[in-house]
Amino acid sequence: MDISNYLYLSVILFSIGALGVLVRRNAIVIFMCVELMLNAANLALVTFSRIHGNLDGQVASFFTMVVAACEVVVGLAIIVTIYRSRRSASVDDASLLKN
Amino acid sequence: MLHNSFHLSFHLALTVGRTATPEAVQFWILAPLAVTAALGILLVKKAVHSALLMAWVMVTLAIFYIAEDALFLGIVQIVVYTGAVMMLFLFILMLVGVDSSESFVENLKGQRIPSIVAAIGLGGLLISLLGRATVGAPAAGLGVANADGNVQGLAKLLFTQYVWAFEVVSALLITAALGAMVLAHSQKVRSPFAQRDLAIARFRKDSLGDAAGLPAPGVYARHNAVDVPALLPDGSPAPTSVSQTLRSRGDIITSAGFALEAIEEQED
Repeated sequence: MDISNYLYLSVILFSIGALGVLVRRNAIVIFMCVELMLNAANLALVTFSRIHGNLDGQVASFFTMVVAACEVVVGLAIIVTIYRSRRSASVDDASLLKN
Repeated sequence: MLHNSFHLSFHLALTVGRTATPEAVQFWILAPLAVTAALGILLVKKAVHSALLMAWVMVTLAIFYIAEDALFLGIVQIVVYTGAVMMLFLFILMLVGVDSSESFVENLKGQRIPSIVAAIGLGGLLISLLGRATVGAPAAGLGVANADGNVQGLAKLLFTQYVWAFEVVSALLITAALGAMVLAHSQKVRSPFAQRDLAIARFRKDSLGDAAGLPAPGVYARHNAVDVPALLPDGSPAPTSVSQTLRSRGDIITSAGFALEAIEEQED
């Protein structure tokens, strides 16, 4: 098996995540799709690390995980705040700034 | 001849950056499952199901990390992602309401098809770029880098070359924790509804229809589960008899199947 298959898998997962961000309307599902994209990037980083034979890619992947954890915490807090004021987790309903 | 050349190319391939067979078997079993689950995240209607599929994708990725000599990241992936992040997602889902299944009506007309085309285009672009950069390149492997152990190797890098990034990330974590606390904190703008307020609200309404309380769910003598709407005297189901939570989740059985046949009108 060619080692680039991992990279192709990561690209496929990344594209699926991007598609999810574009087509889904529920803020939580959109958020999960962003997480999927971050995870796909991590898989690519780990594979690059293996191709190049040093651990820098894994360190970068580790930092990505930490930043993703921060992002989840703050993002979910924002979703809860929006839900509290608008009683909806749909991104279409957060349209106060429109018009 | 063909067999020979195949054998030769296979042998060559084995020497230049191909992984051993068990890993290939694992990859070809798990990768389709991961892609299917990822597509499922897009296609399923309920957010809870998306979260479960997401957890599966993350576990699959953790197995891939371990297969790729990134033992530490594999364990961290399970602990941080499937453990903490997905639990946080499920927690918020329960808080925001499991009813957050969304309508699949397009609000932006004709946005879905261009999105799919754009995603496929993005994938194709990335694959071609990555293919140019990596296909056929021999993988160095992590045998040397992981000689002292994966954790030791990572620690050596993290606390020497990347120590500044490490400290900045710790500041980011603290900021995120504070930010979440500030965002999720809410001051009460009104006192909670007490029984007295609820009673007043019931009697001040336009109709006194539910002044004595909402009807109880269940079709008595036939089916008395809480997810079946009660039948009104005229035979129609009473939607208010089922709890709001079950209604918004869509977990309601129709009560038509439990209705009795109409009695013939008696003449007297």
